[in-house]
Amino acid sequence: MHEMSIAQNLLEIISQEMAKNGMTTLHTVKIKYGRMASVVPEALETAFMAVTIKTDLEGAVLELEEIPVTLECSDCGHEFTPDEDEILLHPCPQCGQDFGHTVKTGRELYIEYIEAE
Amino acid sequence: MQIPIVRNILEANDRISEELKELFAKKKILALNLMSSPGAGKTSTLEKTLTALKDEFKMAVIEGDLQTDNDAQRVAATGAQAVQINTEGGCHLSSAMVAEALKSLDLEKLDILFIENVGNLVCPAEFDVGEDHKITLLSVTEGDDKPEKYPLMFNISSVLILNKTDLLPYVDFDLDRAAGFARALNKDIEVFPLSCRTGEGLEQWYAWLRKHVAAKKA
Ligand SMILES: [Zn+2]
Repeated sequence: MHEMSIAQNLLEIISQEMAKNGMTTLHTVKIKYGRMASVVPEALETAFMAVTIKTDLEGAVLELEEIPVTLECSDCGHEFTPDEDEILLHPCPQCGQDFGHTVKTGRELYIEYIEAE
Repeated sequence: MQIPIVRNILEANDRISEELKELFAKKKILALNLMSSPGAGKTSTLEKTLTALKDEFKMAVIEGDLQTDNDAQRVAATGAQAVQINTEGGCHLSSAMVAEALKSLDLEKLDILFIENVGNLVCPAEFDVGEDHKITLLSVTEGDDKPEKYPLMFNISSVLILNKTDLLPYVDFDLDRAAGFARALNKDIEVFPLSCRTGEGLEQWYAWLRKHVAAKKA
């Protein structure tokens, strides 16, 4: 899994933003990740702990929020959120088309905000 | 105090990937990111391709997935330029690694750059490396439900190569089922069943390469 590279990139962005705002203590990092973004929240928390241990940022809490998958029907263009199990192969509730849909949301991975001082 | 940020966490990778795209556009190089599970036959497919098309195109390979030391030698033996990336156990190639590897390649008059990603159907999907197309390779000795299990990889690939079709009589793999899943996940995906051992089906893959090299040069 690539949580280690995510954690390192995260650390880089947080450090830049804190320096820019003259902050030194980090409390919380709010992250949003798409359901299809191949992120395992526990693994990311562990990786973030590993990259911040014995630094000024040690002890900060990651708040992770999943963004559901939204598909746009390949036939009628209707946007819908599929069931948990059948992420991409899901019949459109409007017209029944069950494949070829376009992924509109669910691949995101971004920091929304940090709480720091 | 709360500071809104809203920055893509993998922005550094995306930025370098965009720079690589510009470079490949300027030099008119078709860049292909090859992804598969370990052992699906990326190196064999490359070896066949590099040999068959060596009089037509100037090609180079960035090797991120070496199963054995022989792999690099097999690629080099075809006469193509090859450079190896040490991923230090990483699960995917990053655009920075590819940018670094490019320093060892002669890009002048290069037609095709193959980027052989780490054997893994999950992580490489998240990291663009400047490629024009993602190519996923699956061998018939794996399950025909792989597209269903790893939907993202198939959703974002332009081509699915189904390798080792000479073994179809001996395995429980339904070609139509695998191709059907892949097309359901991505209506534009092109599926090429082929066998590197017998050579069957390779011609349609070569035709795809010729078409896309021409498009890149146009
Ligand atoms: Zn519909």
